[in-house]
Amino acid sequence: MDDLKKEPTYIKTFSSDELALSTKNLSVLYGGTIQKLFNVSLGFKKNAITALIGASGSGKSTFLRSLNRMNDKVATVKGNIIFHGLDVNKPNINVYELRKNIGMVFQKPNPFPKSIRANITYALKADGQKDKQKLDQIVEESLRAAALWDEVKDKLDKSALALSGGQQQRLCIARAIALKPEILLLDEPASALDPVSTAKLEDTLKQLRSRYTMVMVTHNMQQASRISEYTAFFHLGHVLEYDVTSNVFTNPKGRITEKYIQGSFG
Amino acid sequence: MSEKNDDLKKVVNQALAEQKVPHVKLDKMKPSTVDIDKLTKPSKETHQEYWGKGLTFLAIVLIILLVVSIIGFVGEHGLATFFSDHVNIIHFLTSTDWDPTQGKNHVGALAMIVTSFLVTLISALIAAPFAIAVALFMTEYSSKRSAKFLQSVTELLVGIPSVVYGFLGLTIIVPAIRNIFGGTGFGILAATLVLFVMVLPTITSLTVDALKAVPTELKNSSAALGATRWQTIYHVILRASTSRILTAIIFGMARAFGEALAVQMVIGNAVLMPYNLVSPSATLTSQLTSQMGNTVMGTLPNNALWSLALLLLLMSLLFNFLVHLIGKKGKK
Amino acid sequence: MHAKRNDKIATVFIYIFVAIVICILAGILGEILITGLPHLSWHFLSSSASSFQAGGGVRDQLFNSVYLLILTIAISLPIALGAAIYLSEYAKDNWITNTIRTSIEILSSLPSIVVGLFGYLLFVIQFNLGFSIISGALALTFFNLPILTSNIEQALEGVPQSQREAGQALGLSNWKTIRGIVLPAALPGILTGIVLSAGRVFGEAAALIYTAGQSGSTIDYSNWNAFSPTSFLNVMRPAETLAVHIWKVNTEGIIPDATIVSAATSALLVIVVIIFNFGARALGNMLYRKLTASNTK
Repeated sequence: MDDLKKEPTYIKTFSSDELALSTKNLSVLYGGTIQKLFNVSLGFKKNAITALIGASGSGKSTFLRSLNRMNDKVATVKGNIIFHGLDVNKPNINVYELRKNIGMVFQKPNPFPKSIRANITYALKADGQKDKQKLDQIVEESLRAAALWDEVKDKLDKSALALSGGQQQRLCIARAIALKPEILLLDEPASALDPVSTAKLEDTLKQLRSRYTMVMVTHNMQQASRISEYTAFFHLGHVLEYDVTSNVFTNPKGRITEKYIQGSFG
Repeated sequence: MSEKNDDLKKVVNQALAEQKVPHVKLDKMKPSTVDIDKLTKPSKETHQEYWGKGLTFLAIVLIILLVVSIIGFVGEHGLATFFSDHVNIIHFLTSTDWDPTQGKNHVGALAMIVTSFLVTLISALIAAPFAIAVALFMTEYSSKRSAKFLQSVTELLVGIPSVVYGFLGLTIIVPAIRNIFGGTGFGILAATLVLFVMVLPTITSLTVDALKAVPTELKNSSAALGATRWQTIYHVILRASTSRILTAIIFGMARAFGEALAVQMVIGNAVLMPYNLVSPSATLTSQLTSQMGNTVMGTLPNNALWSLALLLLLMSLLFNFLVHLIGKKGKK
Repeated sequence: MHAKRNDKIATVFIYIFVAIVICILAGILGEILITGLPHLSWHFLSSSASSFQAGGGVRDQLFNSVYLLILTIAISLPIALGAAIYLSEYAKDNWITNTIRTSIEILSSLPSIVVGLFGYLLFVIQFNLGFSIISGALALTFFNLPILTSNIEQALEGVPQSQREAGQALGLSNWKTIRGIVLPAALPGILTGIVLSAGRVFGEAAALIYTAGQSGSTIDYSNWNAFSPTSFLNVMRPAETLAVHIWKVNTEGIIPDATIVSAATSALLVIVVIIFNFGARALGNMLYRKLTASNTK
């Protein structure tokens, strides 16, 4: 702990009109006693990819899952999460509406055991979209956006479980953006994929970059350096460094960050 | 001629119009503008959540209500013997004089209590070694295929209705005892043997679960130290699963203690203190089964039977408690 | 060398024990099927029971058993489903949940005769429903609820957590996720659980002798008016089931062929249990394959 206090930290800030989402003093406690995250204050720039890096257990996934309130059931989340000037970490917030605006893609592809089409339309229908033509249009648009359309356009009514892992993950992205969220949270989206699928997934994310704000947890430093504009380094529940990706990777301010990055590229 | 032409034109135009698919202009997928107001207002999902949680909790409330009312009703009627008919509770538990039609001084349930415990303990004690042997065979000795076969036979035997066991006892065991020991053949021995067969599959399948829960690394490390199979079983596997095997035996005992019809069919149903294993006797359950229909609600003989039911209920609570206790100790 | 000798002795003992058990098991199944099957004729299944002569059948008992089973499942399924969903999806890990679980365990460990007597007290006497199918179905519901609930809960817990997260992350309510995603995925397991519990319900007798009664009434299978006392659909008529029939002809029956009738009925019950057991597994496997196959919607 003392080591951490001596460690120089650098947290980049943005002006408020550049921000899509920000946190203020976000802390997460499990079981009321075990603290996994300590007063994290980060701002995420609009229409950019921000990577969250750090060792296992550093709190980056916990942080990510708190942003759209997926931790509500399992942990206590203290602090503020500011979205469009509103603190969305308040009990009166409608988490269902929030999650429609802040989508999430998980570590392991988790398509529903339904057809490819139904995977995308299921949440839309639940949201009240009944127009079949409109639904078909969104299916095509979101599959195109996720760069999956050409691969699946002839088998939309086949089971999504028959797709490869990489295709399933892109389907999960399509499913998330079909709801037209502003922000996409990605929790190590490529960790279960082979290199070829990973490359395709990264291409997809790059294409989406200009229109969506994305926050991505990753273990893979190369991946972070390849596609993210900003990088935050998590260590034992603290953010030690948050800056433009190239700065974090080539010119880290802190010793711990440097060691981690060197070790990871090693 | 021109009319025909016009008609044709119409038809063709119509066909052409139908052919044309309405053109959908594909947009690039973009975020929609965030409706901040929606974020602080309850939505359809909020209501769905209330309904879902409410409906499912209602089912839970029903079940709890049921358990509470079973305990309440049986308790009320069972205690009436002591509170409104003024039977001495000590007398009830220690006297063997059971003839409630003769008044409150003839309500002694000891004979039935002793018989119930005897058949339960003996049958579980005989069944346990067999069950453990079969379970060991299935997990440590046999091939996967024969283990699977034995498992499905065990499951099948758990599922065979108790009256069928009672009937088999009546047609096989009772005559056999009659031939060997004389007498009627009805009695504790017959009931014990029937219960032995009934609890055997129950204890076996739970013991198999217990043995399977022993980590493979433990077994392997023991084998790696040069232990024989039996040494591994005795010192590692059985040690590690003791508490769960005990739980299995208690489940078997609970089943034996609560079994009514199969016992009632072979025990002879005479409320007598058992002086040997082949004389007719009666358990709590068998007495309830055969006498409940012969008494009038609210009278002493009827209340006395409810007291037996209350005893059964308390015993089942006790078995439950024991299972919990062992489970807690096993975790430490 | 002691160790090796002990190992051999133990092995021999275990094999002997297993051999004995296998003999017993084979003896039981063989006895039931060999003595029962020859008498299990169409005539036996299609004629009504006789009260004091030989040659009666079990038509009404068979129908009553099936009817009671259907009613019991129909009543207990919604409750068990609700309770299981609450426990696996909503319940937090606290003392309330522990109390609920303990209550369900208590209910499942109650001797069925106690459940039957409670049904007798509440429905037959208190609610004045008399010995009737509905009293029997309600008593069987109590008997069936805990096991069905835990079967369904297990099936629900078999659905990966990631499916629930997927639904939640799309802004679906938990309830919608459960209904639309989790329940369909758990369907094979749920159906297996229902069929397995059905096997138990079908053979239960102790909970029925004081609720559904030990005698039948005249049943008219062409009378579809469920309110008519002779209609086969009437739920207010007393009804003896197959299992109760075995018990009754053996304990107080005066028919001369009680043994034959019981043997045949036992064989019938055992066959039904076998069908339920294997049917449950086959059904579960089939549905599972269908659900995960690549060409389904």
